[in-house]
Amino acid sequence: MALTAEIKREMYWTMLLARRLDERAWVLHRQGKIAFHISGIGHEAAQVGAAYALRRGEDWVTPYYRDLALMVALGYTPTEFILSLMGKAGEPNSGARQMPSHWSLRRANAVSHSAPVATQCVHAAGIGLAIKLRGDDRVVFTTLGEGSTSQGEWYEAVNWAAVHQLPVIFMVQNNQYAISVPSAKQMAVPSAADKACGLGLRGLSVDGSNVLEVYNVMSEAVERARSGGGPTLIEARVNRITPHSSDDDDRSYRSREEVEEGKRNDAILISRQVLEKEGVLNAKLVEEMETKAKEMVDAAVAAAEAAPYPDVSEAAYPVYVEEVRRG
Amino acid sequence: MARITMREAISQALWEEMERDPRVFILGEEVGVWGGTYAVTKGFYDHFGPERVRDTPIAEAAIVGAAIGAALVGTRPVAELMTINFAFAAMDHIVNEAAKLHYMFGGQMVLPLVIRTVGGGGRQLGATHSQTPDAVFAHFPGLKVVAPGTPADAKGLLKAAIRSQDPVMFIEHATLYQTRGEVPEGDYVVPIGKSTIQRTGKDITIITYSKMLEVSMKAADQLAGEGIEAEVVDLRTLRPLDMEPVLESFKKTNRAVIVEEGWKSYGVGAEISARIYEDAFDYVDAPIKRVAQLEVPLPYNRALEQMALPKVEQVVAAVKEVLNG
Repeated sequence: MALTAEIKREMYWTMLLARRLDERAWVLHRQGKIAFHISGIGHEAAQVGAAYALRRGEDWVTPYYRDLALMVALGYTPTEFILSLMGKAGEPNSGARQMPSHWSLRRANAVSHSAPVATQCVHAAGIGLAIKLRGDDRVVFTTLGEGSTSQGEWYEAVNWAAVHQLPVIFMVQNNQYAISVPSAKQMAVPSAADKACGLGLRGLSVDGSNVLEVYNVMSEAVERARSGGGPTLIEARVNRITPHSSDDDDRSYRSREEVEEGKRNDAILISRQVLEKEGVLNAKLVEEMETKAKEMVDAAVAAAEAAPYPDVSEAAYPVYVEEVRRG
Repeated sequence: MARITMREAISQALWEEMERDPRVFILGEEVGVWGGTYAVTKGFYDHFGPERVRDTPIAEAAIVGAAIGAALVGTRPVAELMTINFAFAAMDHIVNEAAKLHYMFGGQMVLPLVIRTVGGGGRQLGATHSQTPDAVFAHFPGLKVVAPGTPADAKGLLKAAIRSQDPVMFIEHATLYQTRGEVPEGDYVVPIGKSTIQRTGKDITIITYSKMLEVSMKAADQLAGEGIEAEVVDLRTLRPLDMEPVLESFKKTNRAVIVEEGWKSYGVGAEISARIYEDAFDYVDAPIKRVAQLEVPLPYNRALEQMALPKVEQVVAAVKEVLNG
């Protein structure tokens, strides 16, 4: 599907909103208002480019913790995100039970992952299997970091999907670091896409800072999956320009020059250049978007701060489906 | 004796053992350049080098499996699992291999392996990062399971674990790293499989370990203010379990409360109370009580999480119930 100028602008807006939300999360953490934040800054173009190639709300998604922009593209609202950071009532992932960035949004067909990495990939293979069994034409999109491609379960998932020709798209968001460990210590191949060779599926590497390039590659993969052509492995090359999480200080293992280089190739910057060159974006539009994003983030923080915490009796539920609430 | 933190005590034990024995090496996620998620191995990479302080790929099964292989040929790996919740991704290697290889080789091969890992809740990390599944590991013959509650025990027991010929799960608690205590300098070794009395008293025995030692000691202080003298027994090792100090104390007080952070069902308290009933039934003056975590996956929200974790007031209340019952 060719993208209209309006859709392209919407894609940039989604990236920008996710970025400003993510930045605010860091501020809230430094203010002591939230316990934890894990950032997706630098990954927005890969996530939004991919999301727009999906039938959002219909296709299934098993994301990982950096996927704020993907979730925003799937309709996760700013207020919902801040509620989850603060562990407030009405937070849609888990009702304040699960830690932030473990996305789970029923209305978007988004399913949360566990603590060890790559568990979501095996679930994606299973969802793909069920889609095939049921005979509908949905696809599954699962994401992970390049460090997670070291995990046994990742190979098992990709192998399954390839053997059974399942409608799954695996997107490795390669930001070069597994917390502090550089990718050279995680894999012996230069690109995570190379790993497709031994597993029998297509592997592609794409500039994950260019939202349109990601969209094009992802669209092909989705089309292949939807038409029975099987899974695809996409590596989106991105730049992590923040520490791993709010518990991390990356100065002990990354040079500032490298981080600065990452900022020069930042997803928001590169995608803006691409879209301006296409004539769908200009400084005035971006300024309007910035103003709107700030308003929305401010309003989300205010709404979340005003929202109540869950009653402590909520802690006991819902462990089982069939249980009667006491008291 | 120096007063140092649990983190420093563990770090000291590792450092001294690596200096003492060139066969000892560390492998795990983020243990090298970064110095470990809880900063236990900070400075090790620069001092001992990348061969002996090895950053591994994110692959828990391979971390434990590779450590098993390395241990079988005479090295002494200390494998770090970033959290005990990740141990489930390595469960086959821990349970089907580490716990059984010595036995299944008819004793021909030894497996001097330590799996250092971090358990416990209280840091708002949600259900899949905050579990206390110590009893799960203690269930398996062939493993030794150690969970220290004081800095001195952490140092001494880790040294013993590294010198052990058997595989040891060494479970640290996420919220104890800043806890300070007197720790003997130099080669201080605490034998694995020895429980100890941390506080003497005549009225009731509180049996506990790890983080719940801190909670139980606070409860005992509070009870002392009300004229109740609780004796606190620290298990320190869950397998092999040393019941001697427990039974000795119980035969004196005739009453017991068991405090554990994990879930009550099929837990440490179930084991301890069953053994008291089996081995000291004639001394039982009142039903034994257990204090444990609410039987739910631990929630993220602070108030909900605190509500689900065992607290000082619950220990105090349980003690009074047993005494008045």
